[in-house]
Amino acid sequence: MRPEVVAAMMPVFTEHFGNASSIHWFGQQAKAMMDDARQQVARLINAETAEVVFVSGGTEADNLAIRGIADSQRAKGRHIITSRIEHHAVLHTCKDLEKQGYDVTWLPVSRDGLVDPEDLRKAIRPDTILITIMHANNEIGTIQPLEEIGQIAEDADVYFHSDGVQSTGKIPVDVRKLKVDLYSMSSHKIHGPKGVGALFVRKGTILKPTMTGGGHERNRRSGTENVAGIVGFGEAARLAREGLKTDMPRVATLRDRLEAGLKSKIEFIHVNARNAPRLPNTSNIMVDYAEGEGLVISLDLKGVAVSTGSACSSGSLEPSHVLTAIGKTPDEAHGSLRFSLSTMTTEEDVDYVVETLPGIVERLRELSPYYKKV
Amino acid sequence: MSGGVDSSIAAVLLKEQGEEIVGLSMQLWKENGRCCSLDDLWDARRVATQIGIPYYVLNLEKDFENTVVRPFVETYLHGETPSPCILCNNYVKFHHLVEKAAGIGANRVATGHYARVKYDEALGRWLLLRGRDRNKDQSYFLFGMTQDQLSKTIFPLGDLTKPEVREIARLRGLPTSEKPESQEICFVQGRSYADFVEEYSGIEANRSGDIVTEDGEVVGTHAGIHKYTGRPQYVVRIEPQLNRIVIGEDPQRTSFTVRDHNWIAIDKLTEPIRCDVQIRNRFEPKPATVSLQNDEIAVEFDAPQRAITPGQAAVFYWNDVVVGGGWIQR
Repeated sequence: MRPEVVAAMMPVFTEHFGNASSIHWFGQQAKAMMDDARQQVARLINAETAEVVFVSGGTEADNLAIRGIADSQRAKGRHIITSRIEHHAVLHTCKDLEKQGYDVTWLPVSRDGLVDPEDLRKAIRPDTILITIMHANNEIGTIQPLEEIGQIAEDADVYFHSDGVQSTGKIPVDVRKLKVDLYSMSSHKIHGPKGVGALFVRKGTILKPTMTGGGHERNRRSGTENVAGIVGFGEAARLAREGLKTDMPRVATLRDRLEAGLKSKIEFIHVNARNAPRLPNTSNIMVDYAEGEGLVISLDLKGVAVSTGSACSSGSLEPSHVLTAIGKTPDEAHGSLRFSLSTMTTEEDVDYVVETLPGIVERLRELSPYYKKV
Repeated sequence: MSGGVDSSIAAVLLKEQGEEIVGLSMQLWKENGRCCSLDDLWDARRVATQIGIPYYVLNLEKDFENTVVRPFVETYLHGETPSPCILCNNYVKFHHLVEKAAGIGANRVATGHYARVKYDEALGRWLLLRGRDRNKDQSYFLFGMTQDQLSKTIFPLGDLTKPEVREIARLRGLPTSEKPESQEICFVQGRSYADFVEEYSGIEANRSGDIVTEDGEVVGTHAGIHKYTGRPQYVVRIEPQLNRIVIGEDPQRTSFTVRDHNWIAIDKLTEPIRCDVQIRNRFEPKPATVSLQNDEIAVEFDAPQRAITPGQAAVFYWNDVVVGGGWIQR
């Protein structure tokens, strides 16, 4: 977390510990702090303050959006359109709805991970009730043509949700321009605390709550608010908005330095999704003839934290569904590393990786039966 | 690191000796989409965190299924009694795991086995010896280790007894100090072996056949040969081709041959040797002569023995030293 975020949260633990839904004054104070945070999050994506619903994180935001629409629109239809490279929070939610009798169209993506808007247009049917396509991919960083997709959704009068967990704070997001009805965000992806996120819900959207109870968050999401987390999220959102024009171009330069450095020092490596518009902070690098598990552990032992596939899939043999969808074989997928940079990453950090990885790759390739034949 | 007390203490001892160590657990088996040993891996992670070492879970599911689970099932279906723990040591731990360890720059691998390894200058060979705790000794399960594997292996518990290990764990306040021993074969858990064999192989639960005497007289019906092993007193032999179980007198034999043998204390067998032979885990080794007959390793006990069971390992000892071993075939 950013130190400013920690500083913003501390008073919530020590002074303003009231329950934000209470009538008494210290509850009211907590409520006011929460609504300041709501405004910060709203500003980051050009939403109105009242359109931001706080939840426990990106997964809950995705569930609330997808299940909430699926449930409220059952009378209209049961068809949902999504892509093959969504985060598991969307993917598994749609699979669950499939089991409940909904019909899901899984749009393919190009070798760079892009959805073709034409495919979407053709997939829309009279009974389509929801389009859910992520803004930017968590593994390869590909940014979807969301504005175009949003226009298609609007023309067809179909609700449009986008998982914006990766894009929020990394690239400019304007929910009006994107024409999204629902947009998921997560606090810890922008140096805020874990366990808090938000769903943008456009005014007038009919959404059935998934969490019922005391009617918190204007009846959108019941449950006592995680005030400290929300306040931290608000501060993180403020800082992210400030840094969009300054921090992110610097991060993109570092990412390019990393990719160029590694390519100059290691044979047989490729940058996945290189030709698509990408997030400034994500780099997915495929290392041929080196086993992914060994790469990740060796790097970690040298103080470099990377992942193969998505973080949630560690310990799994299943190749990443994202890399498979962009045409990689299971072996290629296992040998792909996901580097995530941030505003806190320095040039020295990048250079350290560029110095460290070649030796590790060489050691693993020595053990590879395939490498020797090359 | 399995999450149990033995491998936890092995890690603790090495760490306290100042070795630079990395904790590794193996993800080996998944059932209904759930990892069967997940809770144990959490324990291992807690121990690693407490003693301050890096810790990782390696996925060896594919290797485990190919080299342990499938052979286990096939062995039962062939009417033999398998020893999956030995296969797991041979292939998964001391082959695939050692290779993975090399990949992350670790030149040696330590486990919580009760056994000892030492280099014998005179012989110019690495030796495998029984653990000091004769009750817990696991050298029988390790007879397949090669010289290369032994040279890269450390058994920190080899000179300790189980009560001593528990005491060390208790004194260090390790979360796993009071964990019960695991007794079952890990992937079978909570089922009979026969049920597992049926589920895995997809064979029909009821594959009944005849129970016959040595003279061929039918005396009953069995519900599937995989439900029987050579050990119950009156099963003389299982004939998978005929789906028959042969019963008779409790057979006492003096000789048998082994397949897929491995030598540790000697390079190869040039002339008959005298040694003590152990034919299952809980068995007091008995004196025998091991020799080469028609290109096969033959074992001749001095006195007849009961239940010499195909599929089990026969391990040859000179006192505490493992000379070698092989799989009993007939």
